[in-house]
Amino acid sequence: MGEGTPLGRVRGIGSAHSGAHHWLLERLTGVFTLVPIVWLIVSLLLLPDFTYKAVHGWIVQPIPALMVALLLIATFWHTRLGLRVFIEDYIHTGANKLAALLALDLFIFVGAAAGLMFLSLMVMGGLGQDAAKAEVQSALKASMGAR
Amino acid sequence: MAEASNAARKRPLSPHLGVWRWSPAMTVSILHRVSGIGLAKLGLPLLLWWLGALAYGPAAYETLVHWVWAGEVGRLVQTITNVLGRVALVGLSWALFEHTLSGLRHYVLDTGAGYELDANRFWSWAVLIGAPVLTIAFWAVLLFL
Repeated sequence: MGEGTPLGRVRGIGSAHSGAHHWLLERLTGVFTLVPIVWLIVSLLLLPDFTYKAVHGWIVQPIPALMVALLLIATFWHTRLGLRVFIEDYIHTGANKLAALLALDLFIFVGAAAGLMFLSLMVMGGLGQDAAKAEVQSALKASMGAR
Repeated sequence: MAEASNAARKRPLSPHLGVWRWSPAMTVSILHRVSGIGLAKLGLPLLLWWLGALAYGPAAYETLVHWVWAGEVGRLVQTITNVLGRVALVGLSWALFEHTLSGLRHYVLDTGAGYELDANRFWSWAVLIGAPVLTIAFWAVLLFL
């Protein structure tokens, strides 16, 4: 801590000039989660049942898939901002704090990427040799045969 | 005094949670964190499992249902995880409503409104009561309508 000028005495204490940005983004991403969350709750209530066929058939449609993609991006982003504050508030040892923040970022980016990957696989016809893929293939064959 | 580092200096600490009389505003504030942590650490992994199972196909989806909601006949382990799974899902739905309502309250507080003692107490109670009410309504519609 400097002893000289007024600026020198306060430098390094207090705001690093990004607090307001973090705070504002936390609010914005919170709003961004609101629409897809309300939509998801209503959609789940409107589903006839929770069998694979019903849920899969619903989620691969354009609007549901888009809403789930928005939900993933907004919630993972909001979670990153929120848990970051939580870690900064309760973990005071430098190395532990850094490790926790890095683990958080790993969870956020891997989780968000995995969610979006699952979603695109679903929309494009599923993974592996399962019934959904067989169904798509037989539908494709049928439509090609008809031409 | 100037040469003492922050850590070495004996700084007065504010008394922590234990000394305060519980108030609705304090409860909402704590529950906002608790519900947020729950949604992040339990809700997001479950959401990813759900999406992953849907992407992987009917067999994977069945596995999820067996472990979380309704197990195969005669599998004791799944009976236990089903209880945990159902408690977790109801808990997460409550956490979602609590966090959402509490978040909406924060947006009002952010504008500088709602700090008068009566208004603050009223909206804190509204969040505390609204979240369980919505949770019950959600599961009632889901299971019985």
